[in-house]
This record gives sequence, structure tokens and C-alpha cells, in this order.
Amino acid sequence: MNRRASLGTVRDELAELAVVSARFRWLVGAVLIALVLLGWRFAHLQLNQHEVFAGRADDNRIRLQALPPNRGLILDRNGQVLAENLPAHRLVIVPERTRSVADTLAELEALIELSPADLERFERQRLRSRRFEAVTVKPNLSPEQLARLAAHRHRLPGVEIEAYLTRHYPHAEALSHVIGYVGRIDERDLRRLPVERYRGTTHVGKTGIERHYEDLLHGFPGFKRVETNAQGRVLRVLERSHPTPGRDLQLSIDLDLQLAAVEAMGDHAGAVVVLAVETGEILALVSKPGFDTNLFVHGISRQDYSLLLGHRQRPLFNRFLSGGYEPGSTVKPFISLAGLESGQITPTRRIFSSGYFQLPGHSRRYRDWRRGGHGWVDLELALAESVNVYYYQLAVDLGIDRISRELALFGFGRGTGVDLPGESSGVLPTRTWKQATFGEPWFPGETVITGIGQGFTVVTPLQLAHATAALAGRGYTAPPRLVGNSETVRMVQHQPAHWDAVFNGMAATIHGSRGTARAIAADLPVRMAGKTGTAQVFGLPDDDEERRRRLGGEIPEHLRNHALFIGFAPEEAPRLALSVVVEHGGGGAGVAAPVAAKVIKRALELGH
Amino acid sequence: MAAVMARRPIAPGILRLDGWLLLLLVILMGIGLAVLYSAGEQRLGLVWQQTARLGIGMVALVIMAYIPPRLLQLWAPWLFLAALGLLLATAFFGVGRGAQRWLDLGVIRFQPAEAMKLALPLMLAAWYGRQPLPPGWRDTLLGLVVIAVPAGLIATQPDLGTAVLVTASGLVLMFLAGLRWRLIGLMLAGAIAALPLLWMNLHAYQQSRVLTFLNPERDPLGQGWNIIQSKIAVGSGGLFGKGWQASTQSHLEFLPEPHTDFIFSVLAEEFGFLGVVVVLALYGLITLRALYMASRCRDTFGRLLGATIVTMFFLYMVVNVAMVSGLIPVVGVPLPLVSYGGTSAVTVLAGFGLIMGLYSRRRFMDGA
Repeated sequence: MNRRASLGTVRDELAELAVVSARFRWLVGAVLIALVLLGWRFAHLQLNQHEVFAGRADDNRIRLQALPPNRGLILDRNGQVLAENLPAHRLVIVPERTRSVADTLAELEALIELSPADLERFERQRLRSRRFEAVTVKPNLSPEQLARLAAHRHRLPGVEIEAYLTRHYPHAEALSHVIGYVGRIDERDLRRLPVERYRGTTHVGKTGIERHYEDLLHGFPGFKRVETNAQGRVLRVLERSHPTPGRDLQLSIDLDLQLAAVEAMGDHAGAVVVLAVETGEILALVSKPGFDTNLFVHGISRQDYSLLLGHRQRPLFNRFLSGGYEPGSTVKPFISLAGLESGQITPTRRIFSSGYFQLPGHSRRYRDWRRGGHGWVDLELALAESVNVYYYQLAVDLGIDRISRELALFGFGRGTGVDLPGESSGVLPTRTWKQATFGEPWFPGETVITGIGQGFTVVTPLQLAHATAALAGRGYTAPPRLVGNSETVRMVQHQPAHWDAVFNGMAATIHGSRGTARAIAADLPVRMAGKTGTAQVFGLPDDDEERRRRLGGEIPEHLRNHALFIGFAPEEAPRLALSVVVEHGGGGAGVAAPVAAKVIKRALELGH
Repeated sequence: MAAVMARRPIAPGILRLDGWLLLLLVILMGIGLAVLYSAGEQRLGLVWQQTARLGIGMVALVIMAYIPPRLLQLWAPWLFLAALGLLLATAFFGVGRGAQRWLDLGVIRFQPAEAMKLALPLMLAAWYGRQPLPPGWRDTLLGLVVIAVPAGLIATQPDLGTAVLVTASGLVLMFLAGLRWRLIGLMLAGAIAALPLLWMNLHAYQQSRVLTFLNPERDPLGQGWNIIQSKIAVGSGGLFGKGWQASTQSHLEFLPEPHTDFIFSVLAEEFGFLGVVVVLALYGLITLRALYMASRCRDTFGRLLGATIVTMFFLYMVVNVAMVSGLIPVVGVPLPLVSYGGTSAVTVLAGFGLIMGLYSRRRFMDGA
């Protein structure tokens, strides 16, 4: 029984052994094939495609980090610093190292004041950052804040003080409209800036020189090749290329003269422009009042900004570049040249000033500023005393086309091309301009008042100074520049005698016994030529007597006329040309001329 | 015939362990721990934990080697039913995120599906060990049912990967038992025909895995990320590798799960193609040695069970390695004996213990 069963089992086992053994051989074959296939796969990945994957592994881990360049300095002509980079400190939080970001912020608020704007910016930046990246809580810490934070930092993990460079303007108020300022890069900047060059940069020039010479001042970023992990955390620096700092800019501005001009203006709003006649270099360029441009570097607070916007004198307004003023009587030297050139007047021909002028067949009276008139006047006296009737007559004799042509030669009606953004071109009235702007023909009455710089003519103080420089250079000057040189060009061509005649009249304005600006002659170390002017404040009658009567006594300041002055010195060989505009200064003689005298005197002292 | 008849008593030695196999296993585990140290961010704690688990696995190996196979064959139905019961319990009381895979026993949590990986082959081996081979229609059908019930339960957890592997272990055993080629062909045809049906029944995440496998760039930051980064790790290793602990892909956290499912990528990156060949050879040698040992078992039960266990060990390796090299979709299968993780290491080593126990009780034949 046992044996049979055993026999049966043996036979089964033999057959089964054969079956199973056959399947074992299949299995072994399958195992070997699988191993070969896997080996082949890895040979493909690791040997054939090694280069590809090695590259991708490096792409994975190696990133470029930008090292922002240091911005170039801005200096005055003597090397005095006008814009610099100062070390500053900011408070940052590394979220992953804090116990709780909210608690940390609460503790920080107990130490230093955090504005809603600070907190808002922090939250915004934090959302865009990784947990291990530092997020700014407050920039530009004061020394007291620094000290307080330093004392408490040990109990605030994740809170750090970072040093960085920030733009600073030591003479912000005096040069706000020249230097301009840098500010945080915003959406609009992003659209115009080359992304690569601004990697890692937070600020960009927004106005003034900072904006115009952004390309030079910015420099080129350097790069750090860093190894990062999958989350982007930097583990080590593999390679570093240093940034190329921006170029330092030396302006033609003389800081001492600039400050003197600012001081000379006192509390008035207005503009002063001083040019070197031959080179076009701008020695002083003032728009009063200025403002603290440093406020804009870190993002101006709403409160400060509304103060600036609401200020009666509009400090944000760039008067020398965008301020449009009637030239008033300062236009008379230029009209005189047109008259001399056309033969309508000669230096000696006299005209009788009765106190007013009337166009034939018209009833309107165009007045002299002096009631009763100036009597018989030649060109010199007409300029020195600013006789309106002389110029009413001359303007009518010349016609608007002649006047426009002469004024255009001196650069009226177009930008000077100065190296600053936002220059306005003013208005040079012509027949075609009138037709295009108002859809009306030119009326003869408009020619009359154009002769004394009223009506449609609008100039900027810079244009006026540039025209004065062309006058002083007897037709030769260079376009105004703040940086670098420009070539002296001949803008206007007249006979020497004609220049002399106008120079004489302008000198008599100051040094003549009846000159409108004779009061300043005593303060001047050299002979100077000049011309006063008054620009009407819109909407009021054109003579002060009339106004005074209507307004009853004293005229409130904001309704007073703008005072203008142009001049150059020394008269015999002019090196300096200037224009002064004092808003609501009343008449040019009373307020603008003394400012000019102080500025010219200082300029001569400084060796210009 | 006489040679076969002349049997000797069971091997006399008390030592039921196999020296060659043990040596190969220890070398593999050593390499595994070295790679783990690097892949696990040089955390020694991780290495000690894994060493402890392998130690437990070695204890399981020894215990299994000393359990008489006859007992196992006797207990097989009960062990199978017990494992089935646990699977059912998991379906009702199981825990886990998304899928109910774990059974919480208070002290430990474990996956009953893991136990089924041994219980099913044991059951089938015990069954076919008593039946005449090759199996007839009836036995084949029965075998398929025995496979289908636990596989179905696991698939509904849902844990498709394990279900497929458990099914595979059953099918491998049936193949070894001599399943007719005609049937194999029929089943293959049936499987291919059923593919669209299967696809429609897949969960969305399973479908997207397959799609991502077919085109990793479809989701380069999501599921495609794993495959892409693993291939980068492997490929950037080159012939000689970047050196031990010099894997950038895992240390810089580009590679997901570098110490578990993707540990082979780390090995490939640090030791290059040469390291890959050595480790694949090691797996091959272990498999062939264990297959040889299984083939020398005294009875069909032992041969079927032993060979199935080895084949599954090899299959896990193939699936894992094929996965990290982008040959098949990502299917959370660890690399046996190398990936960090306890359950699988213990199961695998217990299986090898079983094989050693079976082999030590082989017949010693004259002149064979």
C-alpha cells in the first residue's frame, strides 16, 4: 500500500518534474532577457544620452543671480556731490526662521513704528517670496530705530537688519528739478526698461538728470552663478562676475552759484537760468520752490505727497523747463533787431510816445506803462525805459511774419534740446499757428501786443535764457547742456551796428539814468546789459493802475503780474547770460532785476 | 529511475541557511544602506532604522528557514483564509488617505495586502503540489478563482499596483505549474481585449499616471516631474557616476522620494552605469541562485513556492528599475532590500528564509 502509493507518487513526480523544469528554463531565460533589457536601457540613458541629462541636471541646479551695479554719482562742475549712494539699513523678516510672522510683526510694532503702507508692502512682497527669502518690513531705518532693534534682536528670530545703498541728494531742495530723483521701478518702467540690465535693481531714474542719463548712471549688473535646490534656495556660489558701476556725471552746474540763485529768489516762486554764452553750459538752473527729492526715493507717503500737491506755490512744477510765461518786455531786444535789420527803425530815429497807441480805424487804445507817455524816444531810450508805444508801432510796421521769423531765429517756439526730460516748446505765434489752433485768421491787433511780448507768445525761462545767450553772443551760442559740451553755432546773423545798438539800449536799462533797472547798477562790479519784463497774469486788465483801481488798493499776491528779467555780462564781452522769472513779483524792475544782479555778482565772484 | 528512487534521508545539518545566497543578500543590503545614507541626506538615524528592519528581516529569514515546509503546506489554506479575512476587514474598518489600505491594530498598522503576497503563492503551491500537473481545466479555473478573489479585494481598496502584483504572483505560480500555452495565449488575448474596459474603470489619478507616463511633458511640474527628474538623475550619472554622496538631483531635492521608490536613481547617479550593472548583476545572481535552490527542492510544493517567491522578488526589482528609468509608469513599488521601508524588506527576507528551508530539506541524489 505504502509502496504503491509511493510508486504512484514517484511517477507523478517524474512527470511533474519534467513539466516544472521546462518552465524553470523559461523563467531563467526570462530573467536573463529582463536583465539585458534593463542594462540596455541604462546604457542608453547613461552612456548615449549622458550629455543631454548632465546638462539638464546642471540647468536644474544652477541659476544666475544678478548683482545690481552701483549707480553713478552726480557732481557739480567743481566735483561737489549732488547725488550719492549712502549706506542705509532695512529691517527684514525671513518667515521660515520666525516662530510666527504675525507675532514677530506685533513685537516689532512695539519697537518701531510700522505704517500701514509698510505692512501692506510687506504682505504683498511676502506673497511673492519663498519662506526662506528675506522680506522687507521697513526700509531706511533711522539710527534710533537701528539701536532699538539691535538691543532686542536676540529675542526675535528671523528678524534681520540688512545694509544696502540708497540714493541721497544732499542739496535736494535747491536742485530738485535738475537732478530729479530715482524711485521704485513700477509697471510702466518695466515696460520700457531692458529686463536683463535691471535684474536685481529696485530703483530707476524718474525725473531730471536721473531720468535723462539713466543709461549712463545705471551701469551693468554682474552675475552670480549659484547652486540652488528644487525650491530655489541658494546653497553655494559657484562663480561671480562683478557688476560694472554706472558712470559718474559731472554737471555744468556750479553748486555755489545755484545756492546763491536759490537764496536770491527768497520766498518767491519762479525760475533762474544762468548760461555760459559761448559753451551753452548751464551754470545755474533753479525752479522755486524746490522740494525734498529724498522723500521720493523710498516711496513718498500719502501725507507728504498731498502736502506737495496742495502747496500754493506748486513745488513739483518744473518752472524753467515746463513753465510757460509771456515774455513781456523782455522780447523787445529781439523785436528791435528785426526792426533794425528791416530798416523800419534806425538807432537814432525817434518816435513820439503820447501814452497810448491806436490802430488806424480802431478805437482800442494800447497803453504805455507810464501814464502820459515817454515823449520823443530813440531806440536806446525805448529799450531802457521799455516804451510800449515804440514797439506797438514797430510791430505794426514789421508785421507778424517778420516778428515770427526773428523770434524763431532766437529759438522761440521750440525746445532748446537741453538734456532733461519734459521740456516744453513754448508758443511762437504765426499766422498758420493761429489758424491751426483757433481756426481764425491773424488780427492786426494781435500784432500790436506781440510787439511787447503779450498775446500768444509763451516762453520757458530756459528758452528765454538761451535766446539771451544768442543775443549776448551776437548770434553765436551753443545749445544749453548740463552734461558734456555742445558746439557753438551761429543762430542769428545781423550787422554789428545793430547788435551794438541793442546792447546799448540794454546797458542803458541798468546803467542809464532813466533805465528801468537802474537801481541795481550800484551792486554790479561790471557793466551789464539787461531788459526787464512783466508778464500778465491771465484775465486781468493789462496795466497796474487799472488793476489797482478795480481791486481796491493793494493787489493780492497771487494776482500780481510775473516779473521777468533777462541780461548778460560783462556788456563789452559777454560770458554770462541769464533769465529770471519771479511769479507774482509785480514788475520786472522791482523784483526780478535785483535777483539777477545778485546772481551775476556771485557768478563773477566765482570766476565765471 | 533507480537513481531517483535511492533517496537519502533529509540533509543532516542543523544549519538550514545557504551561504552563497546569504552572502549575495548581505552585499546587496550593504550597498543599499550605503546608498540610503546618501539618499537620505546623510541622516545616520535613517540608516540605523533600516538596519534594524533588515535585522528583523534576517530573524524572519532564520525562523522561516526552520519552519518545516510540510507544516506550511498543511496550514496553507488557513493562512490564506486568514489573509483573506484581514483583507475583508480592511474593506470595512481600514484606514488611509484616499484608499483604504491599512489595518490599524492599535499597536501597529499594516497592509493585509502585503501578507497576501506570501499567502496566495503558498495556497496555490499547496494546492497544485497535491494535484497532477500540468493542471487540467478544472484546476486552472480554480486557481484563477483563488487569484481573482484577493486580487479583486485589493483592487477595490483601491491599490491597483499591489493587485496586479498579487495576480502576477498567482499567475507565475500557475505558469510554473505547467499552465498550458493555449490557455496562456487565451488569457493574454482576453487581457488585451479587457484593456479598454479596465481603462474606463480606472480612477482618475490612475488614468493620469498612465497618460503622464506615455508623455511626461504633459505635466512636467506634477506627475511628469518624477519621471523627468529621475531620468535626469540616471542619465547625468554617466559611466562612472558623480561619486558617493555627490548626487545633485537628490541632495538638491529635485528627485522625489530619493530614499524610497527612487533610490535606484540615486545609485545610478552616484555610481553610474558601472554601479547599475553591478547591482543588476547582484539581483540576477541572487535570483538565479534562489531559482536553482528552488529547482532542487524535494517536492513540487517547494519548487513552485520557492520559484514564485524568487520570481516575485525579481519582478519587483524589474518593475522598480523600469519605473525609475522611465520604461513603465510610476507605480509605487519599492526596490526590494534597498528602498527604505520595513514591510517589504521583512517579507522578502522571510521568503528567502523559506527557500533556504526548502532547499536544506532537498534530496541528496546519487550521482546527480
